[in-house]
Amino acid sequence: METWMAPGTFFFEAWQARQGLLTGLGVTLLSSAFSIVMATVCGLLMGVALAYGWWWLRLLARLYVDLMRGIPVLVLILFTYYGLALFGINVAAFWAGVIALGAFATAHVAENFRGAVESVPAGQMEAAKAIGLTFPRRLYYVILPQAFRRMLPPWVNTGLEIVKGTTLLSIIGVVELLLASQQVMARNYMIVDFYLLAMVMYLIINFSIAQLGALLERRFSYLRY
Amino acid sequence: MIDYHFDWSVIARNSDKLIDALILGLWLAVVSLAIGSVIGLLAAYARVSGKWWLSRPVWLYVEFIRCTPLLLLIFLIYFGLPEFDISFLNKTQSFVVSLSLYAGAYMSEVFRAGLASIPKQYVEAAKAIGLRPWQRQAYVILPVMFRITLPSISNNLISLFKDTSLAAAIAVPELTFTARQINANTFRVMEVWLTASALYLVTAYLIAILLRLLERRYAAIR
Amino acid sequence: MTDQPLLQATAVHKSFGDVEVLKGIDLTVRQGQVVSLIGASGSGKTTFLRCVNLLEEHDGGEILLDGDPIGYRDIGGKRRRLSEAKVSAQRARIGMVFQQFNLFPHLTAGDNVMLGLTKVLGKSKAEAREIAGHWLGRVGLAERRDHYPYQLSGGQQQRVAIARAVAMQPRLLLFDEVTSALDPELVAEVLGVMHALADAGMTMLLVSHEMLFVRDVSHHVVFLDKGRIAQQGRPADVFDNPENERLRSFLGRFHGLFGRASAAS
Repeated sequence: METWMAPGTFFFEAWQARQGLLTGLGVTLLSSAFSIVMATVCGLLMGVALAYGWWWLRLLARLYVDLMRGIPVLVLILFTYYGLALFGINVAAFWAGVIALGAFATAHVAENFRGAVESVPAGQMEAAKAIGLTFPRRLYYVILPQAFRRMLPPWVNTGLEIVKGTTLLSIIGVVELLLASQQVMARNYMIVDFYLLAMVMYLIINFSIAQLGALLERRFSYLRY
Repeated sequence: MIDYHFDWSVIARNSDKLIDALILGLWLAVVSLAIGSVIGLLAAYARVSGKWWLSRPVWLYVEFIRCTPLLLLIFLIYFGLPEFDISFLNKTQSFVVSLSLYAGAYMSEVFRAGLASIPKQYVEAAKAIGLRPWQRQAYVILPVMFRITLPSISNNLISLFKDTSLAAAIAVPELTFTARQINANTFRVMEVWLTASALYLVTAYLIAILLRLLERRYAAIR
Repeated sequence: MTDQPLLQATAVHKSFGDVEVLKGIDLTVRQGQVVSLIGASGSGKTTFLRCVNLLEEHDGGEILLDGDPIGYRDIGGKRRRLSEAKVSAQRARIGMVFQQFNLFPHLTAGDNVMLGLTKVLGKSKAEAREIAGHWLGRVGLAERRDHYPYQLSGGQQQRVAIARAVAMQPRLLLFDEVTSALDPELVAEVLGVMHALADAGMTMLLVSHEMLFVRDVSHHVVFLDKGRIAQQGRPADVFDNPENERLRSFLGRFHGLFGRASAAS
């Protein structure tokens, strides 16, 4: 066996630990995906409420957004984790984390949506009204296509924040990439090597997301006003 | 609610501890912002220097930090530095190093945008009255940039303050760690986490209001 | 002209906060008529137009389109706002052209015209394309159907906006100072299109500062002053025999302009 693959070297240890690390990576990707989907769907709905709702709905949404922006994600995760158990709702730590992360990011998506939608000139909504389009259609055919490009960069940012935020799930015992790496270190004490390996994996995930965002932005660059 | 009886005496008994923890968190955030601003300012000048051997490495630093989870950075520095025989840092100092590095990357972007948005005529006016390059920086560019970037700086301070909750992961006794400890000892889940959330929330908005006042003061001068 | 008026407004009131902008407007527009609203800015003419298309809700009086009250329904003496779907259906019967064109920037000229045809009137793509082609041709922009708004001049954009409104085959077309945002040399082409529509028998209610055009094209002219109708009548009566003091001073401001040639006339 060549020396760089001998027992005790980084590559050997990494190969030995591949199962655990890949499972951890999978959990990171899965929890990120669930949180991003939840934040996007709920965030868009709340964004509509924030921008167009009746005054009491706007107030509620605003309260939610400002609340979520003032509390650390970790506190939300711990609160959700311990709190849900208290009410006899037995959710796995994974789901408690996903819900908390998603609820947090929902506020960001909602605020981002409101800002983007309000940047579309008021005349657009009026022109859409004047040809008799109903509200959902005005939103879908006229406002959203124009707001989309402005929404994209902060939305990609929220995605990055979520991926990074999934590391906090390790604190409530979810074996995602970070905790999986730490479990490997507990066996072989190669602390720096495996933290750096995890870091590289996060970099790859996040660079991919950023690239995807840039691609989408180029794809929609024909929307010139 | 299913049969939960609130008992706020837990909070009352631990109020000193909680307040100390809150103040520690604030302190960590302020110190990290200060160090991070110095790093960020140097990095921003490097980015706009036009010299690739300065701007490229700094660009890498910024992108790396922005794509790395803060918790990982905290662990890497806390557990990793001793591997290189750098072990004079206690856990609080180690956390400050991590958060400062983190803040530095974000602040460099803030300052870069600030430098880019300074109107050219200020620089020209400064040249016209014969100020030397460093004088132009110190008396004209930096003060103007500070005013322009103040809102972003205050947003960053609030983010950093919320990020101090991650210090709990290496047992720094700030608010989240303390809340978790009380939670473990008393099982008063609702009281503890409602209090912690409220303390974070109120502090975050107090910071926002205070800095808004500061902004207004400077806006008046401008 | 039939007996039933197309649009009948009675005692229309509208306030923004404490400011009463419309203080009881009575107005009738018959089928095929061109009615113009003139007056100083702030007199309420644009607000009235926006009330007709429900971009503003009038808070007193009623506006009937073909005998149906617009925006509200009377239930046991109480005014109830119509549902969103009903309001949209009413708007579809009224076309509107705006001062700032308000073309949808993410759609081509053709798609701008087709959006309402497919999504509101439920026409097939092919049919909508044909109708859009027809109307873009009528406003002289047949070869611009695949251009985006930013590729068109202001006058061209406004003509597309007119095509978008008229393609819906509305009962009534509203024009809100449609030439005010245009460079002077582009005004004529838009007025020309409007004139052609009037000649074709389109019922139109317009707000305009182009006095020559108003005088030339209108059957009926209404002078609004501070939320009230101060004088109305045939163009010749209003322009040549202004009885109202405020109308006289208003028209006085345009004397210099009356010499200006308009391509529409």
